[in-house]
Amino acid sequence: MEWINALVQGILLGGLYALFAAGLSLIFGVMRLVNIAHGDLIVLAAFLGLTVTTATGMHPLLALIVVVPLMAGLGYALQRGLLNQTLGDDILPPLLVTFGLSVILQNGLLEIYSADPQKLSAGGLETASLPVGGLSLGVLPLLTFAIAVLVIWGLQWTFYHTSLGRSFRAVSDNQDIAQLMGINRRHVFGLAMALALAVTAVAGILLGIRTSFDPSVGGGRLIFGFEAVIIGGLGNLWGTLAGGVILGVAQTIGAKIDPGWQILAGHIVFLLILAVRPNGLFPRIAA
Amino acid sequence: MIVNGYSVTRATPAARVAAMLGAIVLAILIAAPWWAGRADLRLLGELFLYLSLASLWNLMAGYAGLVSVGQQAYVGFGGYMLFALTMFAGLPPVVAIAAAGVLGALISVPVAALIFRLRGAYFAIGTWVMAEVFRLSFAQISALGGGSGSSLPVGIVKSLAASRQSREWLAYWLALGAAVSVILVVYLFLRSRKGLALTAIRDNEMAAGSLGIDIWRTKFAVYVLTAALTSIVGALIFLQKLRISPDAAFSVNDWTAFVIFIVVIGGIGTIEGPIIGTLIFFALRETLADLGTIYLMVLGVVAIVVMLKAPRGVWGYIRDRFDLNLFPLGYRVSRTDPKES
Repeated sequence: MEWINALVQGILLGGLYALFAAGLSLIFGVMRLVNIAHGDLIVLAAFLGLTVTTATGMHPLLALIVVVPLMAGLGYALQRGLLNQTLGDDILPPLLVTFGLSVILQNGLLEIYSADPQKLSAGGLETASLPVGGLSLGVLPLLTFAIAVLVIWGLQWTFYHTSLGRSFRAVSDNQDIAQLMGINRRHVFGLAMALALAVTAVAGILLGIRTSFDPSVGGGRLIFGFEAVIIGGLGNLWGTLAGGVILGVAQTIGAKIDPGWQILAGHIVFLLILAVRPNGLFPRIAA
Repeated sequence: MIVNGYSVTRATPAARVAAMLGAIVLAILIAAPWWAGRADLRLLGELFLYLSLASLWNLMAGYAGLVSVGQQAYVGFGGYMLFALTMFAGLPPVVAIAAAGVLGALISVPVAALIFRLRGAYFAIGTWVMAEVFRLSFAQISALGGGSGSSLPVGIVKSLAASRQSREWLAYWLALGAAVSVILVVYLFLRSRKGLALTAIRDNEMAAGSLGIDIWRTKFAVYVLTAALTSIVGALIFLQKLRISPDAAFSVNDWTAFVIFIVVIGGIGTIEGPIIGTLIFFALRETLADLGTIYLMVLGVVAIVVMLKAPRGVWGYIRDRFDLNLFPLGYRVSRTDPKES
């Protein structure tokens, strides 16, 4: 029973990792950009949530109505003001610029919020649980997983059933021809980053309710998101959810064997999958 | 070499002057223990180790197109090997440092086989995952102090040299030796057949491949060579510190972020770039370090601005402006007799 419990908790944890990963997957799919600052942006969203909740006394989930538009606006501005200048055949500029951004964000947060661990207080939600068939499932992990499924479904729907999604797919396939067809790719990239950071905002708030966070934890979140993307296969959003679940299960099972092995077990499963299936389990785009 | 009225040369007058000046500076630096104070000696030692790391990262990113944000894996690995080999195998520290290089090369082979499956930016994050695997693994080894780390036993420290002064001198000379050797190795590597292949890959990977260059093997060779030398530098870094812990040994900020800033600001893809970058980095650090986190933010902003506005860095700017090459890597063709052509 304990093992089944670990398995189920791992699946639910996977929902959070899928949310970390969805933004990465989206911007890689649209503009082949890998954002090293992604993890720090998740942490930034969590801190924004902290400021909003302490200033207004709002519930953290309600704070989403402030943090999501803020992060989306930041994403659009960041893309148009900075990241669009780095796109091209050379992979070095985007990589190094987002790396610099990561250092700036991390130290900026350190300057404003100090290195103390913080947490978003969500009242009874943090400890509430539902008894399901002998297991007791936390309401928050269940909610996180449900939100993850909803977000991925929403992104998938946006991609394939809206004109915005059509623009995303067009610039992804061929930027020049999309431009000829009257799509302003700079604007489309800005919208993609806005959407990615809106998802990041959700991920950040849920992270902040679940565990304590401080300015230094961004790198770890980037790595979990990245592992979920690669396990699931590049450019496949449902695959990313599956990748998150596999990573989550590997971590909780690892922690069950030895608490010190939680994170390491996740990395090892990632490397094993990389060794056996270099393109991930459900690839759609050749990297 | 003269062919049909054209002469092909490698060294330029500027390079000869630079080589002579370099030799003089090196002689002055070797004599530093006699003219520099203790704190200066320590600072110089640290500068040389950063210069080594930057030159190695530049070889990978600037020439082989392998952008790694996980070189701290080898810095930490080398450091831990120094501690493990001296404490448990009883090796003298200097032998352990060399052995750390060999072991670093050995462990980099399976690592490369795995992460070379990732392309471009994903390769970068893959190297970071590897560094995390190293960090978490060493944190599990209780004989090396687990998560809290351990100090180098006094007996081993004393075996290096009897007095504190001579130990500090030795550490300084080892660091200087590392920097000079690394730059020399990078220089000779780039002038060799493999280096020519590497430059071709840097300029156009597809064209290089169609000329019969084995791209995978060339990059693999660079990765393993860099891993070996980075491990040695790592061992030297922790010989200076005398204390190691997983968080310090595998710090992405200390051993990768700073190194990337040094190379980007100095000029990526040149041998001179890391040297200039290291000097700028230490000058900034010595003047702005009191500002703490603000200093790091300034460094990040400078790196972004350089990357966007002058992607070839400070040295790239100087080279374009004055057509200057201090390390003769390429060939120059010039007409010797105007009448014949």
